[in-house]
Amino acid sequence: MDSPILQVKNLTKIYGQNVIFENISLDVNRGETIVIIGPSGTGKSTLLRCINLLTPANSGQIFLNGQEITAPESNEDKVRQQVGMVFQNFLLFNHLTALDNVMVGLSKVKKMPKARAREKALYELNRVGLSDRADHYPGQLSGGQQQRVGIARALAMDPSVMLFDEPTSALDPELIGEVLGVMETLAREHMTMLVVTHEMGFAREVANRIVFMEKGSIVEQGKPDDLFYRPQHERTREFLWKISELYGKKEEKA
Amino acid sequence: MSDVPEFFIRFWPQLLQGAGITLLLTVQGLAAGLVLGLLSALARVYGNKFWRGLAVGYVELFRGTPLLVQLFLIYYGLPGIGITLSREWSAFLALGLNSGAYQAEYLRGSILAIGEGQMMAGRAIGMSKWRAIWEIILPQALRLAIPAWANEPVSLLKSTAIVFLIAVPELMAVGKTIAARTYNPIGAYMTVALVYLAIVYLLDAFLKWAEVRVKIPGFEAEGRKA
Amino acid sequence: MFGNFFSYILQGVSITIAVTLVALPAGLVLGLGLALLNTYGGPWLKRLSAGYSLLMRGVPPVVLLFILYFILSGNVVNLTPFWAGSISLGIISSAYQMEILRGALLSISGGQMTAARAIGMSRIQAIRYIILPQALRIAIPPWSNEASIVLKDSSLVYALGVPEILRRAQQLSATNQQPLLAFGAAALIYFVLVFLVNRGLDALAEKTKLPTQAA
Repeated sequence: MDSPILQVKNLTKIYGQNVIFENISLDVNRGETIVIIGPSGTGKSTLLRCINLLTPANSGQIFLNGQEITAPESNEDKVRQQVGMVFQNFLLFNHLTALDNVMVGLSKVKKMPKARAREKALYELNRVGLSDRADHYPGQLSGGQQQRVGIARALAMDPSVMLFDEPTSALDPELIGEVLGVMETLAREHMTMLVVTHEMGFAREVANRIVFMEKGSIVEQGKPDDLFYRPQHERTREFLWKISELYGKKEEKA
Repeated sequence: MSDVPEFFIRFWPQLLQGAGITLLLTVQGLAAGLVLGLLSALARVYGNKFWRGLAVGYVELFRGTPLLVQLFLIYYGLPGIGITLSREWSAFLALGLNSGAYQAEYLRGSILAIGEGQMMAGRAIGMSKWRAIWEIILPQALRLAIPAWANEPVSLLKSTAIVFLIAVPELMAVGKTIAARTYNPIGAYMTVALVYLAIVYLLDAFLKWAEVRVKIPGFEAEGRKA
Repeated sequence: MFGNFFSYILQGVSITIAVTLVALPAGLVLGLGLALLNTYGGPWLKRLSAGYSLLMRGVPPVVLLFILYFILSGNVVNLTPFWAGSISLGIISSAYQMEILRGALLSISGGQMTAARAIGMSRIQAIRYIILPQALRIAIPPWSNEASIVLKDSSLVYALGVPEILRRAQQLSATNQQPLLAFGAAALIYFVLVFLVNRGLDALAEKTKLPTQAA
């Protein structure tokens, strides 16, 4: 196995007086699906935004494909072509159709010729099951459909890593499944994924590794079964018990 | 341009007087506009077809044509059918009618925003339509309109500059006089511009202060629909 | 006789429209540039553009018109009254357009910029392909209000001697002693022009609206 595709080393983020997270180190291997769980406000989303350089970290380093992307001479825009992000609020471009949303990165950023860009965009839309909605505008799509377009938009750039920032938190319950389904398919196709979510069922079934973050640091990480059945730390146990109460009941009903 | 400070020193009495006339025109126009605007808004919301039509016609006419044209129509045009008004009255009328048309829209919007429920509640305790308008609708509508309406005084103040074209001796006319006397139009009008800026700034500050004093606690600019 | 009369004033229409067609786009280009500087520029650019806006909107247009006219038709640059007047109106309008466009830019959520950058767009690409197309759509209603204001303010160049509608009406009333008719005709013509502009821009707003119902 070669070196990890993504390496976070001693990353710290401070905002004003608050330490959002401190000395976070994380390795992500090619093809792995890592799910980050933890109480709200522990810096999980901020961590993702530091990884694709949307937010600058205060100290530490990030390596993508062996290159240090936090180096001063690194080109942020180019880095973001290699890291895909899916947002809690979808953030689709409202003035573009679904197809154009997926295509715009290809034609304007990667400068692909229009025909090729269109072909690739249609391929990705098909991958998320929305090729029949290609000419719909975001205003005409349901939340679940919008999020799937968001996923297609990120996938179209052929990123090395996909970051998911609470992708289903803004969705009505009955729409969550279609998005998680797409994510599960991606995981099985060995896409490298870093997912922040509260969906414990997904975490248990799909993650290769679960990372539990609290109060700005990683408390524990390990394989899903290890974490859920043999947690090492008290806090991990407490958190998972609380969550599983909620989600356990949900699973029994399913 | 460098003559501006000198102009201030030399002509401050005239500038002050001109500014005074400008403010007078503004206040007069605002008051007249408020009355006209209110009547027009009420006519459109509560009036019958005739009054509604009249109000719409008034608003469309005075918002759809330039103020300068309205001014000339009154000052130069009316004498053609025997109505000759002094320049002061012509300016007052033009500014008042013009402002009234714009105020009508603000007020109409806020009356509508108060909602039918309030009127219903008033009638339910036996008030007549006009009593309800006076006691219930207007007090709320006028306060609701304040943020949007607060643009009108400054807008009107700036509009008064036009009346120098019929030789009303307000601030811009003073500028013209200074320009003629000093052969320096740019300096003259810049001096006048600075005075306008000062007045606008003061007016704005005054309005902000007034807005705070009139606020009803809990009554947001969004208003409520009963 | 009435026909001649009306047609004389109508000739002013083309001048009025020409003035508007110079001033409005000039104001748009300048106003858009300033709005972008104010929204995306550094602290100094923000302050300068904000100061420009406050200055230009705190002085009556006719005063600014005279100042700019004398500057533009003076010694350094020597433009005809038509050009000096029209460009001056454009400069005046740019401050108001800047505020409109600034409001539109700010109302496009920061999320759109974030999403654009997340797929590797530079700030400029994001502004060009994602922010502006949405902002300009939102800006159409308040902008059409400004457009009809510029059309009406074009009457101010009367004071510069430009032979637009109002000046012709005045000349006419001086020669044939029918002032009410002359100025009434001018008012009517302006009314029609403003009406057409508003209708046209309403139609534009309707046409560029983004669909929200599922097809």
